[in-house]
Amino acid sequence: MGFSASVGVQRFAFEDLRALLAKAGPARSGDALAGLAANSEAERMAARMVLADLPLRRFLDEAVIPYELDEVTRLILDSHDESAFAAISSLTVGQLREHLLCDETDTAALRRLASGITPEMAAAVSKLMRNQDLILVAAKCKVVTSFRNTLGLPGRLAVRLQPNHPTDDPKGVAASMLDGLMYGCGDAVIGINPASDNLPAIIAMLQLVDDFRTRYAVPTQSCVLTHVTNSLRAIDGGAPVDLVFQSIGGSEKTNESFGIDLALLREAQAAARSLGRGTAGENLMYFETGQGSALSANAHGGVDQQTLEVRAYAVARAFEPLLVNSVVGFIGPEYLYDGKQIIRAGLEDHFCGKLLGLPMGCDICYTNHAEADQDDMDNLLTLLGVAGVNFVMGVPGADDVMLNYQSTSFHDAAYLRRVLGKRCAPEFEAWLIDSGIADTDGKLLPPAPGQPLLQLAASL
Amino acid sequence: MAKRFPSTKAANDGQLSGVRPDPWDQLRRYTPARIALGRAGVSLPTRAVLEFDMAHACARDAVHHRLDAAALREALGARGHATLEVASAAGDRQTYLRRPDLGRRLDADSRPVLDRWRAAHRDEPDLVLVLADGLSALALERHALPLIDELVPGLGELRLGPMVIARQARVALGDEIGALLGARQVVVLIGERPGLSSPDSLGLYLTHGPRPGRTDAERNCISNVRPEGLSCVAAARRLSFLMRGARELGASGIALKDDTPLPPGGAPVPGDGRPIGPR
Repeated sequence: MGFSASVGVQRFAFEDLRALLAKAGPARSGDALAGLAANSEAERMAARMVLADLPLRRFLDEAVIPYELDEVTRLILDSHDESAFAAISSLTVGQLREHLLCDETDTAALRRLASGITPEMAAAVSKLMRNQDLILVAAKCKVVTSFRNTLGLPGRLAVRLQPNHPTDDPKGVAASMLDGLMYGCGDAVIGINPASDNLPAIIAMLQLVDDFRTRYAVPTQSCVLTHVTNSLRAIDGGAPVDLVFQSIGGSEKTNESFGIDLALLREAQAAARSLGRGTAGENLMYFETGQGSALSANAHGGVDQQTLEVRAYAVARAFEPLLVNSVVGFIGPEYLYDGKQIIRAGLEDHFCGKLLGLPMGCDICYTNHAEADQDDMDNLLTLLGVAGVNFVMGVPGADDVMLNYQSTSFHDAAYLRRVLGKRCAPEFEAWLIDSGIADTDGKLLPPAPGQPLLQLAASL
Repeated sequence: MAKRFPSTKAANDGQLSGVRPDPWDQLRRYTPARIALGRAGVSLPTRAVLEFDMAHACARDAVHHRLDAAALREALGARGHATLEVASAAGDRQTYLRRPDLGRRLDADSRPVLDRWRAAHRDEPDLVLVLADGLSALALERHALPLIDELVPGLGELRLGPMVIARQARVALGDEIGALLGARQVVVLIGERPGLSSPDSLGLYLTHGPRPGRTDAERNCISNVRPEGLSCVAAARRLSFLMRGARELGASGIALKDDTPLPPGGAPVPGDGRPIGPR
């Protein structure tokens, strides 16, 4: 059943829920490329007005991708928590926005609500929210996870240390890793994107970081961001696998293009848990996502890229991840054209993920063919910091020399912690103080000559 | 790095302003990453900010640099190569960036150019090279000719078709070009997405039996062709190997494995196997 709205003499019709959601979204190049975007600003607003009056129940009755055809839809509907939903079951999308913004809807209430909200509901309400709404509600959400340290506590901001090297050279990786640790980064994870899919090379990198971590007793976790099947093989080969990484999408077909399904993710999670390497908790999945991945894989099925992105979070939610990272500007300008679109998408992703109960971080980033620059990244970094993002990336000088894109730097993370008074994960903070890297206020110290990491640097 | 400013001045600047240098700058020899930058408070020293922004400026300029097709055509003519010029349906750079689908199709004026060539030549070519601007015309201007000079003498008996210069082109444009010329194989030389330290990286995409509708899985890619990455000599050698393999197999793509030996030291080639070309 379709929808329609009149604005003055103009009448707009929306064929189904998919079309309504797509046309209600803020302008972005990916939806235009897919032929799903609103044809005029008035049509966009007409769609939003219809959406605002839509009862939330409708999302349980009409799937944007058919239940029979898609295991992500089945996951969403089969795991929907009716009792959590009861609190909002009589609301429309517009009323949900107001409910979320109300002072009475506090951290505990949002936590209780999470399992009653489907990705489509979250996407829908985000389309009616301004940037400040996305920030305010996300800031009320608290999602705490743990493996070897505790992430997501109030007043904390963690950093993934990303010491990539163009040829996976061990000394090159170690050099960037030392650089990041000396800037107080690495509490979220020390995570390397490998240049090759070669299994012995991946195992060697896992061993390198694990040897380093144990030798210097760094309370963090490591990850080599390779395909889940490689991580499984590494586990079989006895390698020290802390976290299992995988890129995920919001439809079965997208995940197929990534070479995965839910069963494979379950297998990998069980295999990594069987190693019992977590000391503080057993959240050990690390997922990356990004708007546009479904369109890029010709698997969007007529659904807009933001709604599909939130559906990917439903996949993540099923695996109690330690970290979920929206790699927001990596995909390129045909999906997110400029700084404005990237900033908006970053705030949407963070809000929707947190609303669903996920430990959201963001790779605040752009490519050189997008209309964006460092100022745009500063803006998004600051906005997400205010919104309480769990973690951001730390790349030396913001320049990833292996993946050829710009992310956030160790300096950027230090800036955000300084300007917002944020601290790192408590276990990691204690280690930084013990190691003479930071003082008890979190201020970076000039390294003393005998500082252990400095000695390692001298002997590398 | 696109540009490195002398570090001595930076050090002097810092002493005056209170910049703290990072006492591990000896690690810089192990990685091209921007490590040991020092800090002013928690922020970057001025010199590091300017170096980064200069690299970004060069990369941005590379994306928007307009291909000098006349110069390329002249240089190819001087080498005795027949040259054709075509354009994709993405009329300008803004459209090109937003609409990859249009960059994969020829514009209306280009098809007759290729049809005429084919009508005038009896034999179908074994190989057509497409010289595509992609996301860095700079890469094409700098590395296409040296690569062609390495490649062509080794082609032996193969019939080489015209050199096709293509503007606002994505990789798949080669499918339509190759099909219209009746080529057995097409290789698209294309400017890759510029990185901060690589504004001029060239990618080579081989497609056997080109025709519209071929997928990326049916191509083989050689990435990061530039003096600081894979040399033209090495790239031409690997391309010849892949072309021969594809002829024997009757197909290109994932079925065709690149088992040419790794370069000395055994390290993977930077960017190898991670095509960042404008697909």
